[in-house]
Amino acid sequence: MSIVAFMGALELGLIYALLALGIFVSYRILGVADLTVEGSFTTGAAVCAVFVVAGQPILGIILAIFAGAVAGLCSAFMQTKMRIQPILAGILTMTALYSVNLGIMGGRSNIAMLRDETLFTIIAATTGDMALWRTILPLIIIVTVGVILGLFFHTRMGLSIRATGDNEAMVKASSVNTTFTKSVGLAIGNALAALSGALIAQYQSFADISMGLGMVVVALASVIIGEAIFGRRTVVWNISAVIIGAVIYRVILAFVLSFRLNPANLRGISALIVTIAISYPAIKSLWHTHKLKRKARLNHVKNH
Amino acid sequence: MLKITNLSKTFNAGTPNERIALDDVTLHLPPGDFVTIIGGNGAGKSTLMNAISGMFLADSGKIILGDDDITFLPEYKRSHDIGRLFQDPMKGTAPHMTIAENMALAYYSAHKTRFRIGIGKPLLNLFQEQLEMLELGLENRMKTKMGLLSGGQRQAVTLLMATICTPKLLMLDEHTAALDPGTAEKVLTLTQKIISTDKITTIMVTHDMKSALRLGNRTIMMQNGKIAKDLQGKERENLTPEQLIEMFGG
Ligand SMILES: Nc1ncnc2c1ncn2[C@@H]1O[C@H](COP(=O)(O)OP(=O)(O)O)[C@@H](O)[C@H]1O
Ligand SMILES: [Mg+2]
Repeated sequence: MSIVAFMGALELGLIYALLALGIFVSYRILGVADLTVEGSFTTGAAVCAVFVVAGQPILGIILAIFAGAVAGLCSAFMQTKMRIQPILAGILTMTALYSVNLGIMGGRSNIAMLRDETLFTIIAATTGDMALWRTILPLIIIVTVGVILGLFFHTRMGLSIRATGDNEAMVKASSVNTTFTKSVGLAIGNALAALSGALIAQYQSFADISMGLGMVVVALASVIIGEAIFGRRTVVWNISAVIIGAVIYRVILAFVLSFRLNPANLRGISALIVTIAISYPAIKSLWHTHKLKRKARLNHVKNH
Repeated sequence: MLKITNLSKTFNAGTPNERIALDDVTLHLPPGDFVTIIGGNGAGKSTLMNAISGMFLADSGKIILGDDDITFLPEYKRSHDIGRLFQDPMKGTAPHMTIAENMALAYYSAHKTRFRIGIGKPLLNLFQEQLEMLELGLENRMKTKMGLLSGGQRQAVTLLMATICTPKLLMLDEHTAALDPGTAEKVLTLTQKIISTDKITTIMVTHDMKSALRLGNRTIMMQNGKIAKDLQGKERENLTPEQLIEMFGG
């Protein structure tokens, strides 16, 4: 793998790490598999692209974050007040967002921003084209977001959100409104997804209506890679693991690409990794049962 | 402190599985009353507690706690004033959060606090003092995840959490039934200590006739969703567990 390919993977990994953190918040902290992010990731990119074209790259990022949060709130509303199962609520919101995203992009299925000013071109211009800034900028952003998130989960609100995912009955019995904590959690998750989409759009100077497709599995794979390497400990530890996991995922992808393997297979491999990792306890107990049965059978044979 | 008037609850009304769990229950507890409740399986003991805590709304009747009519108040709002323990030690705490974080959640739920990141020193000191009271050595393990504690340890911490800010009402639903006898006794002693120190109005469900008479100042027997017996004063004092079991049968 060339150094250029590696740096590219690192940069993408740092930006996709925001998405992975979003999934981490919904899946690991709240215990909800939130498919909304497939839509809100694109929403972030779409909102941002429109504003980049209008010459407002920074405003675009800020509004993208808000748009993502709103998408999360919609999904949370369906889950809590409308009592729709989380997975279905996610699918419904994601499906609706497809139309919304197309609307935001003015009916086009993609927007190119090759001649427009983005965060990355601004930085390049002010620093005299230092390529390293394409890495440093995402690094600063993800570290900032990681630190804020880590601190947030140690505030009263953050503790309540964590407890909601850990033992909802207990939280209800401790005068915390779980509709509220779930809403805030999902809003944060989707805001992070949208921020990730917005930055990807600016990084690639390109937004596409289908760029969120399959992103949940990619992000889950990142979370799981991080956990596999670093284990699960404190919140701050886990957040760091997720970020590194996302980078490693991208490096693996670049590695696969460098062998001229078909990158289309990587989605399949990601799905496989996630399936195995999540079903690991079940697989282990099946294996254990199998061994016990075999032992019993052998003893049986021996005794006769 | 607690005034329950004509409270009724029927599950699956209008279906073949219809079940009258609470049948016109009226119960008044003056402040500081410590009532033990006994009764067979399905007598409606847990349903009574669930109705008071707001897990569901009763079909009819009224619940007044302190000066507030809480009949239609959502569960999370009632829990400001109500502490609760269940039989299952896993129910009352968040397993992946530390002891200190669990206690902080309980503390926050009863106190308005300033925005802050992390748990402040004064609060940690308070938790430490409280944990020392348990005499389980947990005061040195405040950063341990709750899920790593034994059932008895968890139940003891849950008890602290439920009473960290004296609730208007404490409800214990067979909270020692899942523990081994030794641990159960320890948690029970602790329960009594905390309740008598803070004079908390308490309802405790138990299957053990001895503790039903030994603890508290009043014993209620439930049958088919009704209060069948309400024993207090002299009548209760002179009662032996054996006599109580006899009453139970008849
Ligand atoms: N959520 C529920 N749905 C249907 N029936 C219930 C429900 N909760 C309790 N019941 C029924 O109400 C009756 C009283 O139950 P419960 O209050 O749990 O009794 P116990 O005195 O043993 O705690 C039982 O017949 C039980 O089956
Ligand atoms: Mg019961």
